[in-house]
Amino acid sequence: MPCQIPDFDELDRRLIDAYQRDLPLCERPFAAMAERLGASEAQVVERLQSLQQRAVLSRVGPVFDHARAGASLLAAVAVPDAERDAVAAAINRSPGVNHNYAREHDYNLWFVMTAADVMQLEARLEALEEELGQPLLRLPMVEGYHIDLGFPIPWAELEAP
Amino acid sequence: MSLTSPHRDTHGEVDPQRLRALLEGGLPLTERPWQALAEQCGMSEAEVLAWVERWQREGLIKRMGLVVRHHALGIRANAMVVWDLPDAAVAEVGRRLAAEPAVTLCYRRRRCSPEWPYNLFCMIHGTRRERVLAVLGDIIERQELQDIPHRVLFSLKAYKQCGGRYTREDQP
Repeated sequence: MPCQIPDFDELDRRLIDAYQRDLPLCERPFAAMAERLGASEAQVVERLQSLQQRAVLSRVGPVFDHARAGASLLAAVAVPDAERDAVAAAINRSPGVNHNYAREHDYNLWFVMTAADVMQLEARLEALEEELGQPLLRLPMVEGYHIDLGFPIPWAELEAP
Repeated sequence: MSLTSPHRDTHGEVDPQRLRALLEGGLPLTERPWQALAEQCGMSEAEVLAWVERWQREGLIKRMGLVVRHHALGIRANAMVVWDLPDAAVAEVGRRLAAEPAVTLCYRRRRCSPEWPYNLFCMIHGTRRERVLAVLGDIIERQELQDIPHRVLFSLKAYKQCGGRYTREDQP
């Protein structure tokens, strides 16, 4: 199956390759990035806005260490396929949900819920369980070995037929 | 906005929670993003930069930059591989898997037996399912994990993908 890749020109790619981490911490970060990439500050800002509008960019900013930032939990629920979209919508409406995926398994909906602390997280999980009428698989993290550092984009592979 | 609006403690220090809540939504894409955030939370630009520098140094912020939605880029074969490892081996295998270039995330989670016996999770992202499976097969062989029960859960659909929200502000 060919990959459908929207148009990303050289500047888009270099921005994504160079700045998934180490955004310059200064008053005009986009000017500093532009200088390194041989572009103008206005170009960089415009590209970032465009990538964000096209939903390629979730945001420009920090990724917090979730263990230090507050409480979070991976949870899963098994629902009939016919009800999957409706249950996913209910999960999405729950406060604190930041990821929600359908996966190939009896446990077919997987989501991450976050909160300021464990008590708030527990209250949110209980409220969602009550709404869904069934228990959630609760899978707290015990130890992280490699978490969300950004990874290289395989541009050539994306372009291959 | 008045600079006297934020809560300052007896040392004149600003409560940074408002800044953290704003940061979770990402930087405004303007020439002076920190200044824009500073105006919204009643700090100076220098104070905002100092807090962010401190949070980076302390490890609260793990990385700062472009947070990409891989699915939108065309990286759509996203496999969560789960393993049922002996407790005594899970940390060592976890570190070995984390060092594999194809593994984008790797962590130990609490089992939820009997429904869920798996205690190690890793992610392998790729453009195509068959390539991801080939990479996984290669990892299993090289890391000698042939006897470890595992399951591969490809994602079918992303219903939501955004940054974590931890602060009490901006949340019900």
